[in-house]
Amino acid sequence: MPAPDQDLILTARNLSVRFGRLARPAVENVSFDLRAERLGIVGESGSGKSTLGRAIMRLLPSIGRASADELMFDGMPLLSTTEKQMRKLRGNRMALIMQDPRYSLNPVLPIGKQVAEAALLHLPVSKAKAYELARGMLERVRIADIERTMKLYPHQISGGMGQRVMIAMMLLAKPRMVIADEPTSALDVSVRGDVLKLLDELVRENDAGLILISHDIRMVAAFCERIMVMYKGRVVEILTSLDEAQHPYTRGLIAAMPDLHAPVHRLKILDRTAIDALEPRP
Amino acid sequence: MIPTPPMIDVQELSVSFGNGASARQVVKNVSFSVAKGETLGIVGESGCGKSTVLRSLAGLDRHWNGRINLAGTDVDKVRTRDQMLLTQMVFQDPYGSLHPRHRISRVLTEPIRAMGLGKGWDKVDAALQQVGLPVSFADRFPHQLSGGQRQRVAIARALMLQPQIILLDEPTSALDVSVQAEVLNLLADLKDERQLTYVLVSHDLGVIAHMCDRVLVMKGGVFVDALSREDLYEGRTHNDYSRMLFEASAL
Repeated sequence: MPAPDQDLILTARNLSVRFGRLARPAVENVSFDLRAERLGIVGESGSGKSTLGRAIMRLLPSIGRASADELMFDGMPLLSTTEKQMRKLRGNRMALIMQDPRYSLNPVLPIGKQVAEAALLHLPVSKAKAYELARGMLERVRIADIERTMKLYPHQISGGMGQRVMIAMMLLAKPRMVIADEPTSALDVSVRGDVLKLLDELVRENDAGLILISHDIRMVAAFCERIMVMYKGRVVEILTSLDEAQHPYTRGLIAAMPDLHAPVHRLKILDRTAIDALEPRP
Repeated sequence: MIPTPPMIDVQELSVSFGNGASARQVVKNVSFSVAKGETLGIVGESGCGKSTVLRSLAGLDRHWNGRINLAGTDVDKVRTRDQMLLTQMVFQDPYGSLHPRHRISRVLTEPIRAMGLGKGWDKVDAALQQVGLPVSFADRFPHQLSGGQRQRVAIARALMLQPQIILLDEPTSALDVSVQAEVLNLLADLKDERQLTYVLVSHDLGVIAHMCDRVLVMKGGVFVDALSREDLYEGRTHNDYSRMLFEASAL
């Protein structure tokens, strides 16, 4: 038996998710490894990419059931971990950043208090020290005028700033793995790049693994080392660059995006009959 | 080129919200014109006033100042029936812009009834077919349709009164990439077919560059840059802000 790989952060073997009594699983037999790297997951809506992220965090709604031959995070079998232990892991060793900061931040607490709360929950620190950590972390995510911002409520700050606050909160405990589910979709184009760069910088600093879930295949390709393409719950391809794309679904996704540098008169649309011929689904 | 009068001619348009000391000017004296059959794009960040310009053109906002000329006639702040027939708007979110308890046939005939032009039930089939939807969808409710199908219904509704100008406010940003391509192709086909004039507002430069003949970059209520199609393909910009926007999109 080979020695356990110390760099391995997450191992998933044949991970499936079913909702209720539906015949077709939402996620079917997904296997992958995550090291200290950036892994992108792309697909259309309904392809199961967000469900996969939530299954790893064990945040599925009660109607959803995850099963796997193996789902190990940092030496812990996630599927047999108790809910109490999971609560200790989430936000501490593993973090989830969601799409819209307007919904994921608590609207009735000031920013400073929310970030400090993350420190109080996960680190053995005093209240004063927690606020100090929060201040330092907000500085790291380049928020100007920290003292003023810490007193503001989420509705008083912009979307880009909100997402940076989320990142500060999530990375404060230096997690081993960060799952970012469409972290920039709700943001303006001009701040997207900044948020991604910041996320990358902090994740690298902690030597952590990042899973970036998005529908924007070019953005993922520019940012991630490996790209996992999902279609109807299954992984159809794992790529290291877009040029390698073989599957008609991946090629269709790339061609469907208008490209600034390669203008076409008509955009290509997905040839679903050809894809379904290759990927038969009940 | 035959010198035809522009389809849309806007002079010194400004829009303010609020009164007295708290008044905030959102659109500051902008002027532009769009020729018949042209597609004009407006890009900018949230809050730059691009949607407000569109709402003033559509007649949804009435507190603008300046001059708006559509198809050769100056329009009033409160539109007459004939002026209302000139423009139609397609909104960003097809989940919010269709009445959840009205069947598609009723959604589509609403503009005809609102204008007092009869009942319009006989026009439903043709309207669905022209946007590539099966006729049987007429009896469905919006929740029985996917996002892309709903946006097609919204486009069909905008075409019901055969306007010459279609105003598109982020028509694809709520849709998937693959569905976005279908809707953009549909819009391009309809434009070729009916000689429509489009004004497209978006923050996605990729979409704008694909659809538009000319692009205006908006920031803080004014246009800071105007780009032609060639400028976009070659990445030429004339302003620091538009360069920044361009580089951020080309990520």
